[in-house]
Amino acid sequence: MGGYTYVAPATVADALTILSEHKNNGTRAQVLAGGTDLLVQMRSGDNAGRAIVDIKNIKESNNLVFGETETFIGAAISSAVLNESEKLKELFPGLLEAADLIGSTQIQGRATIAGNLCNASPAGDTIPALIANSGVCVISGPSGERQMAVEEFVTGVGTNALSSEEFVLGLRLPNPALRTSDAYLRFIPRTEMDIAVAGAGVSLSLSEDGTCIAARVAIGAVAPTALLVEDAAEAIVGSKLDEGALSKASEACSGAASPISDKRGTAEYRRKVVGVLCKRAAVIARDRALS
Amino acid sequence: MAEAVDYKIIGERPVRPDGVDKVTGRAQYGADLSLPNTLIGSVLRSPHAHARIKSIDVTAALSMQGVYAAITSEDFASPDGEVGGEAAGSASDLAKNVMATDKVLYHGHAVAAIAASTKEIADLALDAIVVEYDVLEPVLDIDEAMKDTAPLLDPDCYTQNLPEKAEKPSNIASVMQLSGGNLEEGFAAADIIVEGEYNIPMAHQGYIEPHACTATVNEAGQATVWCCTQGHFEFRSMTAALLGMNIADLKFIASEIGGGFGGKTVVYLEPVAVLLSKIAGRPVKMTMSREEVFRATGPTSGTHCKVKVGAKKDGTLTAASAWLAYEAGAFAGAPMGPGAMCIFAPYKLENFFVEAFDVLVNKPKVAAYRAPGAPQSAHAMEIALDDLARELEMDPIDLRLKNAVQEGDQATYGPKFPRIGFKECLEAAKNHPNYKTALEEGTGRGVSAGFWFNVGMQSSAEVHVNENGTVTLVEGNPDIGGSRASMCIMASETLGIEYESIRAMIGDTESTGFSNVTGGSRTTFATGMAVVQACEDIIAQCKARAAVTWGVDEDQVEWQDGQAIPAPGVNADVKPLSLADIASQAHKTGGPLLGRASLNAQGPGPSFAVNICDLKVDQETGKVDVTAFTAIQDAGKAIHPDYVEGQMQGGTSQGLGWALNEEYIFDANGVMENAGFLDYRIPVASDLPMIDCHIVEVPNPTHPFGVRGVGETPIVTPLAAAANAVRDATGVRINDLPLSPPKILEALDGND
Repeated sequence: MGGYTYVAPATVADALTILSEHKNNGTRAQVLAGGTDLLVQMRSGDNAGRAIVDIKNIKESNNLVFGETETFIGAAISSAVLNESEKLKELFPGLLEAADLIGSTQIQGRATIAGNLCNASPAGDTIPALIANSGVCVISGPSGERQMAVEEFVTGVGTNALSSEEFVLGLRLPNPALRTSDAYLRFIPRTEMDIAVAGAGVSLSLSEDGTCIAARVAIGAVAPTALLVEDAAEAIVGSKLDEGALSKASEACSGAASPISDKRGTAEYRRKVVGVLCKRAAVIARDRALS
Repeated sequence: MAEAVDYKIIGERPVRPDGVDKVTGRAQYGADLSLPNTLIGSVLRSPHAHARIKSIDVTAALSMQGVYAAITSEDFASPDGEVGGEAAGSASDLAKNVMATDKVLYHGHAVAAIAASTKEIADLALDAIVVEYDVLEPVLDIDEAMKDTAPLLDPDCYTQNLPEKAEKPSNIASVMQLSGGNLEEGFAAADIIVEGEYNIPMAHQGYIEPHACTATVNEAGQATVWCCTQGHFEFRSMTAALLGMNIADLKFIASEIGGGFGGKTVVYLEPVAVLLSKIAGRPVKMTMSREEVFRATGPTSGTHCKVKVGAKKDGTLTAASAWLAYEAGAFAGAPMGPGAMCIFAPYKLENFFVEAFDVLVNKPKVAAYRAPGAPQSAHAMEIALDDLARELEMDPIDLRLKNAVQEGDQATYGPKFPRIGFKECLEAAKNHPNYKTALEEGTGRGVSAGFWFNVGMQSSAEVHVNENGTVTLVEGNPDIGGSRASMCIMASETLGIEYESIRAMIGDTESTGFSNVTGGSRTTFATGMAVVQACEDIIAQCKARAAVTWGVDEDQVEWQDGQAIPAPGVNADVKPLSLADIASQAHKTGGPLLGRASLNAQGPGPSFAVNICDLKVDQETGKVDVTAFTAIQDAGKAIHPDYVEGQMQGGTSQGLGWALNEEYIFDANGVMENAGFLDYRIPVASDLPMIDCHIVEVPNPTHPFGVRGVGETPIVTPLAAAANAVRDATGVRINDLPLSPPKILEALDGND
């Protein structure tokens, strides 16, 4: 095991300088927000030396901004803090439920949504919820900020679109329109302390008469990355979420899934269950949009 | 005896004496000891499930800076005979399990060990050990293992107990048969016959504290070992056998224990740590990771069982037969014997036949787990009875009541039953609000019953009376489930002094007499009996001291409510003498008061249980939600009801975990894929409802307060209770465990 160094820069510029230095020196640096994945990985296998760059001291990483048209969630804000925000819960209840599913109460005091995204696990719970909410990553890099849709950010199992000189500063979410809400459901064999066998996030908007006029459906743990399932959204748009529309959406999710069979469930099981979750999440989102 | 007695404290729920240290983190567990200059011991484990070891070279590892010792099986003695008490087995197999000799027999099998100054150096040194293997085909499936054509784990293994001597070696280490009456006639007399075939995978005890120990050996070769164990005396015997040491040169000190459930009745690390310390000349501490615990300790047998039951239309059983195959893991010793003896034990059955097999497979060597062997066979029988009740359209409790054993009945495993409380448990279940409450839509209800023998065995206890009349109890059984509290209660009741004046300690192997393991549900029964006898010893001494004080004969003194009083009719104008009075004057009447008892307890009381399980099944995902659960069990007499209920709730939780999600998952090479609590799913608190307990008290006549053992029976019943409830909720019978969501959904979809 090689040496570790730890730095906690106070500004975005300092963080970027450190990342660039390591890139130029050919040494490894890794960004730490909550550390709930990183520290576990360091202790169970990948224990090679590196510089740990903690972004919790950066002001912008801790910003929670409620704008007129969108909300910004800094990358270093823990799930526990987010879940204390009534305003945020009102705006994106499904996303916060997803964050609340990850880890125990103690872990949630550290864990972050952006960290869950960057870790890029196929089973990351907040990723489908972010995609359903049209989340956008704000990425800081040497040539300034760039933005990228969450569904494009994760490139494979454990990989993402960041270069070694970049880090995620935060997430932008468009504020929900009138009669719009979201929901996220995952399936685990237990009630908590587990990893998703399948997950589904749904955000939808209703017209005054309850017809669905816009929807986004995303699924997790059933493919190498979380997927935006446009066919599922199309199946419910224009409907009042009747059984027929929900079944079509469910089938679209099952069809879009390309799961593996492993110790957590067979491919066939995951394909079925992701469809069930899509239906159930859509109904919850609808009920929320109406309330 | 022991019935309708008006006890002062027996049956009360005082605070446990060890509670404060446990909830504040002061209690010392296996890995908590820190001695100066301690080295860290680490074990190199086999990457193969089945291979011949061609060579092991530790020279490179030994030459590394910070490495103090490296050992292989060559450094161990070659013991023979049997070792251990409840977990008795071949000393040679135990030695080979602690350190592989010519072959590795499961993935994770220990092949060498290192002592180094840090964990990091120890791990690097393990990497530097060169082992050459000749990889062999693993035998992972019990049915395959039993075939003539299967690769052999042990070419010297010839099936024991066959009517004729085995001619060829086999993976079937031994067989046993139990029979009675005439099976053919019994089935011919039946109006209805049900049959089934049942599979249960290996499961782990799942204790939260991993195995840990520290050993230090001095220049005279005398060793002291601190470890978490269910029985330090037996750990001492095993370690002495494996290392060829004199028992007198080994002192074992039991730490507090974070769960054992039978899994901490055999040594894994202790002999290794002693040997490493002996070579290094410094203390050596060893702690297993959770992964090591899963791969190389426990578990209990996976099983394949077949059961056939015949009955009259009125539900009277006419015959039953069972075929029970138990995985032993790498070495002989699966609990097929108790499995076979328990399967029909709750029922009056004239005609029966049970055949059981102890089968070697390339998986970890099984260890005791709560009522070893009984949950698996009971699962088969209790499902068959549920099927029978359905076909007869009979209440499942009535079916069991019709056939339940009672005092004087011949048990299928041999003896006549003494006084038992099975019918009382069934009646209690039938009258329980849980059973009378109507089920909600989509919910199913399952019932099952179970039995466990319980054991007596050897225990020792001493009672030291301090000069102010307070008492120190010393006994030799690690406190896993609140036994200190129970011992203090029994001492308080017997002596007639306050519970709070009594402290209990677990003596090390040099501080008290030999005691078998805390296991077999024996501690409150047998060690409790020793405590009561030691207290009676004190009372006899106190009466003698009072007689001296008063100038009367000893038989003119009685002991009542914690004090010596003149016997009725004795004309003595004296004040009663309390224990404190006598203790304070002990220096004038003969010296300190020390009572003691040691015994081999006879007459343990069998304990029966009945479960009611209500659950919902999500028809679209196959997920089970247990909505209500009632455990009913005969405790004989609950000394401290909290800890009886604790055993009932704990056994139920483990049984439900086993029923619903727990299983060892192996890949094709015999590598366990879920060696961690993330994917080996024991229930979390929110997975289970509050488990309602109903304690039945039919006293065991051989114990002074009527105690039966209670720790093991609670896990015998939940497997079938859950399976029967799933059948009730879904209409689909699933004979295999676990009842995991994918398995249930597959069965539901197959049923459409």
